[in-house]
Amino acid sequence: MDNLTSYLVISGILFSLGIFGVMTRRNGVAILMGIELILNSASLNFVAFNRFGGMHRLDGHVFSIFIIVLAAAEAAVALAIIINLFKNLETVNVDQADSMKG
Amino acid sequence: MNPPIIFALSILFLPLVSFIFQIFIGWRIGRSAHWVSLICLGGVLALSLSFFANAFLIEGYPILEESVTWFSTGEFTIAMGFNIDRVAAIMLVVVSLISFLVHVYSTEYLKGDPRYNRYFGYLGLFTFSMNGIVLADNLVMMYVFWELVGLSSYLLIGFWFEKPSAADAGKKAFLTNRVGDIGMFIGIMILFFLFGTVNIEDIAYEVSLGMADGYMSLLTAAGILVFMGAVGKSAQFPLHIWLPDAMEGPTPVSALIHAATMVAAGVYMVVRIFAFLTPTALQFIAVVGAVTALMAAIIAITQNDIKRVLAYSTVSQLGYMIMALGVGAYQAGFFHLTTHAMFKACLFLASGSVIHAMHHALHHKGDHDTDPQDMRNMGGLKSKLPVTYWTMLIATLALSGVPLFSGFLSKDAILAGTLAYYHAHHGWTIFLPIAGFGAAVITAFYMFRLIFMTFHGEPAKPDVHAHVHENPLPMTAPLVVLAFLSIAIVFTLPGLNPIVNHGWFTHLVTTGENYAGLVMEETVEGIHHAHNAAMTISLIVATLGILFATFVYYLKKVDAGKLAKMMNRVGLYNLSFNKFYIDEIYEAVLYKPFFWWCNVFSKIDWDYYDQKFIDGWGWVTMKISEASGYSDYNWLDQKVVDGFGKLTQYFSKELKQTQSGVIQNYVMGGVFGLLIILIIFQSI
Repeated sequence: MDNLTSYLVISGILFSLGIFGVMTRRNGVAILMGIELILNSASLNFVAFNRFGGMHRLDGHVFSIFIIVLAAAEAAVALAIIINLFKNLETVNVDQADSMKG
Repeated sequence: MNPPIIFALSILFLPLVSFIFQIFIGWRIGRSAHWVSLICLGGVLALSLSFFANAFLIEGYPILEESVTWFSTGEFTIAMGFNIDRVAAIMLVVVSLISFLVHVYSTEYLKGDPRYNRYFGYLGLFTFSMNGIVLADNLVMMYVFWELVGLSSYLLIGFWFEKPSAADAGKKAFLTNRVGDIGMFIGIMILFFLFGTVNIEDIAYEVSLGMADGYMSLLTAAGILVFMGAVGKSAQFPLHIWLPDAMEGPTPVSALIHAATMVAAGVYMVVRIFAFLTPTALQFIAVVGAVTALMAAIIAITQNDIKRVLAYSTVSQLGYMIMALGVGAYQAGFFHLTTHAMFKACLFLASGSVIHAMHHALHHKGDHDTDPQDMRNMGGLKSKLPVTYWTMLIATLALSGVPLFSGFLSKDAILAGTLAYYHAHHGWTIFLPIAGFGAAVITAFYMFRLIFMTFHGEPAKPDVHAHVHENPLPMTAPLVVLAFLSIAIVFTLPGLNPIVNHGWFTHLVTTGENYAGLVMEETVEGIHHAHNAAMTISLIVATLGILFATFVYYLKKVDAGKLAKMMNRVGLYNLSFNKFYIDEIYEAVLYKPFFWWCNVFSKIDWDYYDQKFIDGWGWVTMKISEASGYSDYNWLDQKVVDGFGKLTQYFSKELKQTQSGVIQNYVMGGVFGLLIILIIFQSI
């Protein structure tokens, strides 16, 4: 099982689960979790391609670390937004925040 | 610049100075400003006399020949220059003398005229133009001054433009002259084309070298065309019609125009170009002159206006001069120009004196209806106007060709020329001497008719007659001077024989040279032989004419009215009285068809072209515009432009639905879009 395909399949499953979470959940936190899954699948891809792509440098690893940092920052900002949303609307359902809709 | 050139320039420009002064300054000064003009003209006369004196001192060469380039473009160069030969020197004296005397005379005649200063200005302009023609050494410069003469004649003839007849006469003179001038201009162009120069002497030289051999018909055409200018200016048939009408101008102007300046210009020009006129062209010129001489003389018999008689007499005498040049009697032609200038100026000024006196008498009486120029209102003026009478009589004798007077010498020479021409050519050329002698007898007759009707017999209006007075010195002095210059001895000095014209004049003016085919030796020889015969016949015809006039108008043995009726049986009297119906013929042949064509063209232009064609296009354009406007609004605007707007609106409305604000929807869109793109890429 030590080949690229199995990694890509796992990454694809992760990505699909993330997309499914983003598309079906109304809860902001759940959406955030979906996004984390998507980001992680991408990370996995980078590492896998780095490992099997014939490259002997660490470009994929560096990208993965960037993505993790980015995901952390994103989670911090998004959670702050969701906390504010809850403060204002008493809910974390994103479709409730429709006061700007024309 | 040496003195002769300064003199020549002064002769040319002093009259112009007079013109400018009178037009711009003179009218502020008023009547006494005429002194400036008199001094200018006196100066011109003195300088002309200096050239005249020089003509005796320098043998064989031109007195002054100088030219500067006027303009040049490429190889085309036109010079402005003077060429004073003996002919020009004599002509200068004639022009400036008569112009000066006319100025003097006018100070009295025009006294009290509201445009007194302007009149003297115009006289100056006229003299300037004429001197330009006399001095010019090339045809283009001559043409320039030729047109200036036309302009100044227009100004002077129409001087009393309040009278419609005077204004019309000015226009008629100007326009009739233009007809001739066009011919002259074409002729000059042909000469330039043939020889590459317009200088008169150069052209003559080129012809003498035989440069025109093979182009003789073209040279003939050029000669006749340039002569057309003279036909206009010198009032030759068929363009003589302007001259009698030009009598509407002030009488001193008539004297100036008809004696020394304008009409002399044509003859002078033919004299200048004589050297390169071909025999055919000369024959044409001779016939034109003969027809003019005879016809104008016949018309003069029946005219009653004293100035009109003299006008037709001028036309007739100009015909003589032209005929003389045509038959090769170059010297005689120019001689007659000179003598005629003196006695005709005298006659005109004398007639002006009579008119002036009559006018004052009528004015005194408060009669404004009687025509002061009509000879039928005169009669018996001899005792009232002695100076006028005697000077006019001398001039009349000169004009009639009576021995001891100048006209006899010159006319005699011309008639000898026509006789010689007949001897050389035979056939139809007998017409030339017949016309010459016929005109001579008629001239003697009508001139004495004029004298008898005006000065002799019973006064036609005794009440007017009682108030007639002789005119003051400024008017009579020029008459006396001119009458003196009408005496034969003046022109024959130092010869004293009054019937032979040998003297200073024949010494100065040669018998002429012709390089275009006329053998001058034979012509001169022929004239010499014909001299005695011509003299005898001309004496007889002059006597006949005078005697006949005496019978009819002095002794009244024959009733003039009956005579007129008798002549009228064959239509002669009416023919003469109505001036051979030339004006009527022009009316019928030129003006009427011209106006008819004008009408036709106007009709075509307005009724058909403008109304139908142009307006038709307007209609078509309007219809097309309507259709185009309709389709533009209803189709393009309403359907296409608005259609796009509606379409956009519709799609906007529909697509608005997709913007739900639900992020999941957008993400779903994105994912499906991505999937579609992937599928598309996969399939490729």
